[in-house]
Amino acid sequence: MKDKQLEDARPRSVSPTSGRPGLTNAALGAAGLAGFLAVWEAVPRLGLVEDDFFPPVSRVADALATELSDDTFWTALGDTLTGWAVGLLIAVTAGILTGVVIAVVPYLREATASTIEFLRPIPSVALIPLAVLLYGTELQSVLLLVVYASFWQILIQTLYGVQDVDPVAEETARSYGLGPWARVRHVLWPTALPYVMTGVRLAAAVALILAVTAELVIGAPGLGARIAVAQTSQAVPEMYALVVVTGVLGLLINVGARTVERRALAWHQSVRGEVAV
Amino acid sequence: MHALLEVSGLRKVYEGSGRRVEAVRDLTFTVDAGELVCLVGPSGCGKTTLLKCVAGLLNPTAGEVLLGGRPVSGPPPGMAVVFQEYGRSLFPWMRVRDNVELPLKQKKLSRSRRRELVDDALTSVGLSDAAGAYPWQLSGGMQQRVAIARALAYEPDVLLMDEPFAAVDAQTRADLEDLVRGLWRERGITILFVTHDIDEAVYLGERVLILSASPTVVQEQLKVDLPVERDQLHTRVAPRFAELRTHVYEQIQAAKRGVPLSKD
Repeated sequence: MKDKQLEDARPRSVSPTSGRPGLTNAALGAAGLAGFLAVWEAVPRLGLVEDDFFPPVSRVADALATELSDDTFWTALGDTLTGWAVGLLIAVTAGILTGVVIAVVPYLREATASTIEFLRPIPSVALIPLAVLLYGTELQSVLLLVVYASFWQILIQTLYGVQDVDPVAEETARSYGLGPWARVRHVLWPTALPYVMTGVRLAAAVALILAVTAELVIGAPGLGARIAVAQTSQAVPEMYALVVVTGVLGLLINVGARTVERRALAWHQSVRGEVAV
Repeated sequence: MHALLEVSGLRKVYEGSGRRVEAVRDLTFTVDAGELVCLVGPSGCGKTTLLKCVAGLLNPTAGEVLLGGRPVSGPPPGMAVVFQEYGRSLFPWMRVRDNVELPLKQKKLSRSRRRELVDDALTSVGLSDAAGAYPWQLSGGMQQRVAIARALAYEPDVLLMDEPFAAVDAQTRADLEDLVRGLWRERGITILFVTHDIDEAVYLGERVLILSASPTVVQEQLKVDLPVERDQLHTRVAPRFAELRTHVYEQIQAAKRGVPLSKD
C-alpha cells in the first residue's frame, strides 16, 4: 500500500511536452515558424517593401551560410559570449552575496532599500558614456553595462527569496541546534533558490541584450560591432543574418536557463506540480 | 533529586504596536524523566507560547525553564520539537533520509552512527522504505511520522510535541497516537505533549496538566490511572476513561468561564 502510494506520487512534469498535446504543440510551433518564414520570403518578392532594405529570407540564409564559414564571425561570436558570460557570472555572484548579506545583517535591508530603489531603474545604456570614458572600446566597457543591468535582477530576486523563509522551517532548524551559518545554508538558501533562479534567467537575457548593445554603440569587438560594420558597408543581408544569430543566441540562453532551473528545483512546487497523495 | 524539566513562574507578555497581550501568566510544573505528560487547555490559551518558551525559541518575560537543572536560554541540545505543521517543518528540498539526518550532522556524529540512527528511527515509525522519497510525495500522516523520526534520531532528553496530530484525519490520528505511546514505552523517552483534544490527552498521558484560559495558569494536574497497556478500541470505552475525560472536560469548561472548580 505504502509502495503504491510512493509509486503514484512520483514527481510529474507539468510541462505539456508529454504525449499527444506535446506533439500537437510542436507541430503547431513548426507550422507557425514556417508561415513566418514564408511571409518574410514573400513580402520583399511581391515588392511590398524594397528588397534592398528588407531582403527575402533566402538571401539572408545565404548570407548566414557565408558568415558561418568565416573565422572572424566566430571570433565575434566568442567575444560576445565572453562579455555575456563573464558579466553574468560577476553579476550573479555579487547579486547573491549582496542579497544574502542584506537579509542576514539586521537593519541593512531598511538602510539600503531607498538606495537600491534609486539605482535600480537607471537604464544601463545611460552608462554608455561613462563606460567609454573609463574603458574605451575594451571588454571592460561591455562588462560594466552587462553587470549593471543584470546585477539588479539577481539582487531583487534574492531579496524577495530570502524574505520567503517559512517561520516554522526556521524554528525547526533553530530547535535542532542549527547555527546561523547552517541555517543560511540549509534553510535560507534553498528557500531563496527558486527566486534566484528566476533572477538568473531574467539576467541572462538582459545580459545578452546589453552585450550586443554595448558592442553596437561603443564598438567593442563582438556581434554588435559586426552588425554595425555590415550596416555601414551596405551589406544588408549580412546584417540581417547577424541579427538572426543574436535572436538564436537569446533563444538558446533561455532554453538553457530553464533547463538548469528545472534540474535544480525538481523539489519545488513550480516544477513538480501538484502531487496527488 | 531534580525533575528533568522544571518550569517555574513562567510568564510571557507580548508587546507590540500599542497592544499588550499577556499570553501566559504564571505557569509552574515539572516533568520527570521518562514521563509522558499531556498539556491540554482551551484553544487560544497560550499552549504554543508555553511550548516555544520551553523549547528556548521564545524568551519568557519572567520565570524560568530548567532542563536537567540548567536554565534554558536558547534551544537546548537535549530537546527536540515536533510541530503541528509537518508540511512546513520538513524541508521539501531534502529527501526523507536527509531531513532526518540533518540535525545529526549538526551534532557532529560520525557517518556510520548517523546512518544507524536514521535507519533505526525510520524503521520505528514504519517508514524504512520511504527514505529516498521527498516529504511532499508522502501523505500527511506519513510526513508527520518523518518529523517524529527526525526527533527520535536526535535522541533528545525531552521530546516536545505541539499539537502534532491536529492536522491529520481521525484514523491516521489514532495510529499516530498509538505510535507515540508505543515509542514512549519502548524507548523510555520523556514526552511533553501539547493538545487541545481532551480524549487525546487522557488516552496518551500518564499525567494531564489542564491549563486555564488566557492569561494561562495551571488549572489542575491530573494523574491518569489507566493501565499502561492501552488500545484505541478498549481504553476509549473503559468507564474510567469516560470519568477522566468528563472530569477534564468540566475543568476546561470551568477554565473557559474563569472559575476554578473545587476538586471533588
